[in-house]
Amino acid sequence: MHSKIQIIIFIFVHKKKTFKVNHFYMKILVCISHVPDTTSKINFTDNDTKFDTNGVQYVINPNDEFGLTRAMWFKEKQGASVDVVNVGGPETEPTLRKALAIGADSAIRVNTPATDGYAVAKQLAKVVNDGGYDLVIAGRESIDYNGNMVPGMLAAMIDANFVTNCISLEVDGTSAKATREIDGGKETVSTSLPLVIGGQKGLVEESDLRIPNMRGIMMARKKPLSVVEPTETNAETNVVSFEKPAPKGAVKLVDADNIDELVSLLHNEAKVI
Amino acid sequence: MKKLKVMSILVYTESENGKLKKAALEVVSYAKAVADQMGTSVTAVAVNADNAETLGNYGASKVLLVKDESIQAFNAKKYAAILESAAKNEGAKVVVVSASANSKYLAPLLAVGLGAGYVSNVVAAPSSVSPFTVKHSTFTNKAFANTEITTDVKIVGLSNNSFGLVESDGSASVEDFSPSVPESGVTVESVDKATDKVSIADAEIVVSGGRGLKGPENWGMVEELAEVLGAATACSKPVSDLGWRPHSEHVGQTGKPVASNLYIAIGISGAIQHLAGINSSKVKVVINTDPEAPFFKAADYGVVGDAFEVVPKLIEKLKAFKAANA
Repeated sequence: MHSKIQIIIFIFVHKKKTFKVNHFYMKILVCISHVPDTTSKINFTDNDTKFDTNGVQYVINPNDEFGLTRAMWFKEKQGASVDVVNVGGPETEPTLRKALAIGADSAIRVNTPATDGYAVAKQLAKVVNDGGYDLVIAGRESIDYNGNMVPGMLAAMIDANFVTNCISLEVDGTSAKATREIDGGKETVSTSLPLVIGGQKGLVEESDLRIPNMRGIMMARKKPLSVVEPTETNAETNVVSFEKPAPKGAVKLVDADNIDELVSLLHNEAKVI
Repeated sequence: MKKLKVMSILVYTESENGKLKKAALEVVSYAKAVADQMGTSVTAVAVNADNAETLGNYGASKVLLVKDESIQAFNAKKYAAILESAAKNEGAKVVVVSASANSKYLAPLLAVGLGAGYVSNVVAAPSSVSPFTVKHSTFTNKAFANTEITTDVKIVGLSNNSFGLVESDGSASVEDFSPSVPESGVTVESVDKATDKVSIADAEIVVSGGRGLKGPENWGMVEELAEVLGAATACSKPVSDLGWRPHSEHVGQTGKPVASNLYIAIGISGAIQHLAGINSSKVKVVINTDPEAPFFKAADYGVVGDAFEVVPKLIEKLKAFKAANA
């Protein structure tokens, strides 16, 4: 029978071995956007100047969730710490708690509204510099603003390497190999830490995403969620108004036995062939 | 004090294997419209492009051409640095880029380098140049926002196929440009790209299949239809989740956006996330057995019928149409 000490020594030796293989313990930060669920109906209030949050369910931005799940893989297989961060008001905390329930170690909320991509990147740059992170994973874009700019701006601000539209990521020591989607294909690149990733589906598969279990949810309540005050910055862009696409006319139905008519409509009316 | 040069509109014109891309001609056409609004001219920046003078046909008066074998492969940091030098040399107040994967990769780096505000997915010429206000899609094409860029230098990322090509009767002078290019910590190891296929981003027509096609073995007719139309192939999320088609073909809110001129959906019911992703396409056609499928509410033309009967007929009719119009 093992004594307690033997077990502790065993764990120590075992852990040490894991570290040796991977050289060092990676500090990962995953940026989490708090976005309307993909099924949300989009409406505006205050004379079309504000997004109508009435009845909207919020989730972790899907592109961020793929990154978070990949970060959990690094934590479990290679040894890494995973912190999550959001720039936003107190209403985003349930989304951060969900990330903790999925397995992140601690959460940071920068207490300021996410005004534009630049201002968010500026806040994140401070968090990364203060925390000394090796790897930052953000979604390539949020599904609400779709700016495609926060990870790149952040990388430029902290002078880190940057790969976006990232669909696979391996890290060995301080070297990294990433694949990014390009128009019509993909490209594999070699790079090194410190590194900022703009992630998307492919970093992990949809089936790898984790639904928080009861134990995770209970543990998440006890994990640290620190609120930090923002650094001073100004947005560079400013939404004046929103509008919805013009309502569409009714569909023109073509009989399945009269496909000639469809070809003629596409040529003569729609002028697309 | 030294008099400032004309503050032209700078535009990044992409090429592939030396050939200018269609999106390059579109961003130049757009830049020309902005230049006309602001009373200035268009300067294009091209890297290793052949026939750069043709950009004059779309409104560029000057092309800064970088010829450098060492940057044949796209590198966001290096290309952003080239554009930053060009923008500073030209005193450009507005920089226009496309919505390609590479342009979206470099634009945020350029924005930080120039201290410029950046708006992507722009769909129209500025509604006002002072304050500088542009309309862009947001909420994954479920809405538009009119956004003001408040910085001195502005970057506009133009959505593909949103402005179109506008020919102009000017001509462009081509000047060699060789700015210093920084080292980059990202090196391309390999590129995996089908050269014989149209990409979803570049395509004017996209043919897309859903679960209604019952299995990956039935994609032959989708590919044949795409070939007849010179179209790219795409698929719905369930199809890529099931592994019938590669993830790179998944279009929709969490996949690729589509902004083609024609989008043909076969056996796709039209979930809200799918419709959001393809909403920017101009003309939508749906082929589905279920007349209650939500896609019929979003489509311009619809055929209620079995894809396995309708699609082969459509291929046959299109071939005949092509032969007659050849």
